[in-house]
Amino acid sequence: MVKKHVEVGTTAVAMAMRQINPDVVAAYPITPQTAIVQTFSQYVADGKVNTEFITVESEHSAMSACVGAAAAGTRVMTATSSAGLALMWEILSVASGLRMPITMINVNRALSAPINIHCDHSDSMGARDSGWIQIYSENSQEAYDNVIQAVRIAESEEVRLPVMVMLDGFIISHGIEEFKTLEDDEVRNFIGENKPKYSLLDIREPVTHGPLQLFDYYFETKRQQADAIYKSRSVIEEVSRQYEKLSGRSQPIIEKYFTDDAELMIIVLSSTAGTAKSVVNELRKDGLKVGLIKPRLFRPFPYFELAEALKNVKAVAVLDRSCSFGAQGGPLYIEIRSALYELVQKPLIKNYIYGLGGRDISLENIRSVYSDLEKIVKTGRVEKPVSYLGVRK
Amino acid sequence: MVSLKEIVKKERKLSPGHRLCPGCGASVVANMILWATDDPVVIGIATGCLEVSTTIYPQTAWEIPYIHSAFENAASTISGVETAYRALKKKGKIKENIKFVAFGGDGGTYDIGLQALSGAMERGHNMVYVCYDNEAYMNTGIQRSSATPLGASTTTSPAGSVIPGKLQKRKDLTYIMTAHKIPYVAQGSISHWRDLVKKASKAFEVDGPAFLNVLSPCPRGWRYDSKLTINIAKEAVTSNFWPLYEVENDNWKLTYKPKEKTPIENWLKKQGRFKHLFKPENTHIIDEIQNYIDNDWENLLKKCGLQS
Repeated sequence: MVKKHVEVGTTAVAMAMRQINPDVVAAYPITPQTAIVQTFSQYVADGKVNTEFITVESEHSAMSACVGAAAAGTRVMTATSSAGLALMWEILSVASGLRMPITMINVNRALSAPINIHCDHSDSMGARDSGWIQIYSENSQEAYDNVIQAVRIAESEEVRLPVMVMLDGFIISHGIEEFKTLEDDEVRNFIGENKPKYSLLDIREPVTHGPLQLFDYYFETKRQQADAIYKSRSVIEEVSRQYEKLSGRSQPIIEKYFTDDAELMIIVLSSTAGTAKSVVNELRKDGLKVGLIKPRLFRPFPYFELAEALKNVKAVAVLDRSCSFGAQGGPLYIEIRSALYELVQKPLIKNYIYGLGGRDISLENIRSVYSDLEKIVKTGRVEKPVSYLGVRK
Repeated sequence: MVSLKEIVKKERKLSPGHRLCPGCGASVVANMILWATDDPVVIGIATGCLEVSTTIYPQTAWEIPYIHSAFENAASTISGVETAYRALKKKGKIKENIKFVAFGGDGGTYDIGLQALSGAMERGHNMVYVCYDNEAYMNTGIQRSSATPLGASTTTSPAGSVIPGKLQKRKDLTYIMTAHKIPYVAQGSISHWRDLVKKASKAFEVDGPAFLNVLSPCPRGWRYDSKLTINIAKEAVTSNFWPLYEVENDNWKLTYKPKEKTPIENWLKKQGRFKHLFKPENTHIIDEIQNYIDNDWENLLKKCGLQS
């Protein structure tokens, strides 16, 4: 039976965690993730889960304890934001390098300095090469759905990699929305039993985790890891298909919104896609051929799907909620521009950096982007490939 | 009672053939600690000499389940492993009684790993943390740590024409760990193996966290002939530089009292890292070290309810 809830996004995530009922959670509170940890602590205190909750003294130890607990063959989860993710940075690559199927929720928040508690994607974009699968959620419903699927993806025999699920800080984490949940049994059947490999607690088959590999073996290990995240695409698609059967909610790798005949396209991650969709609705009424693409996956990057979806488009605007300082544009833009390279007929492409430190992105901002694209198509050139949206001069 | 006859019959946990230097104290520390329990043990090691020298892929010297994650997180990594064990035990998925031990050098324990250690101890994980203290970052080439004693020359506190080696006293980590009010804290030395194995055995048996600080002489870093390791360790104890004691549920106990205190000068003289202290302009540092040792010893005796 479908249950409807009207709650903040952190509750949606905590509810998913309750249903997953992981063996171990190791987490440290940080704004705006805090409510996830608090709500989950209450579930532990009330016996609604039989999780062992490690109240670590830092995010570095949170991720370290997750690695230890995963190596010991348990199902492990954590959650963080911003500085917390940055403090974990060293152990993120240990988790992926040791092929630990950890599920982490990252509530996106800007990195210091200046210190700021609001949403942008600089935290998770900074971790984009850490070897984690990265899934972005538009709203509370998607965050709930993605967290459940992440467990299956991470633990899949072909993948065995950690997965990071993103939702926008405050906008989604603290925004009240309606979302639907599955039954507890449905979730537990869907994720199934954790089948650990090479557990540290298997004392009859002792295994050495984390040995020293130098120039003679390290490269092969990393190559295998690269292959694993590449191959995870088909697993992610299969898990999404099965989840759709269960929930009735489709979550493709890239969501296409009015793209079939679209000439002007915006590509954006997470909650801003919701804002952009309402502008698309509005402009479509005016007869403009506008569309929107929202990648759900950032790692592995869906470049085939994006190139395919953009091959007949005239102009593309990529909206990045983070800055790759000194680069040719934002992280999403750089990837998409590269994905288009093989196309014979490439669309014109422009990058907008927007919403840093939680700066609001309005309908008017999105309208101005489509209107820029119209001009670009008319003139046939992109004057300024990278500009800033919603910033004072 | 610990007997050598029994110990030699025990199953090996760390195989010979690892690549630690001849005369290294670390593998001796590891073996002595691991002798102390007959239960299966899972071990986690911080980045450092003991880690790199025992797990060069595709080989491993460990006959027991082992994990290395990073430099500063042996305590938090093992706290995750131990928690996983409790989670599975609660669900009836594990029957055995397994012990958990983390090893770190003084770099991974006194310095970069102090926070993770403190957190793990405060949370009360049922684990033993062992610091093999060789008084500097030996794995990266003898750089000073907060465990490096006053006056020692290291590659980042070198004795020069202006500065006579390390200018600061060493941190008293064992004392810091007693402030965590955990069930068991002890200081041991490989020269007093019976005392050390007994302490390790207590550490494994208590319900909750235990911390052992074990002096681990390093021929390369301390600059002495590798055959002298045990002698050097012994004289650290008889000079009261490294007293042997334990704190069990807040109860301080001296476990060994030298019959006659040996002067620190004799111990310093045997090690190249203190060579410069014997120049006339630096001998006052030797007096200073002796004063510190005497003062610390008096304080320790008081804590143990003893008189000098």
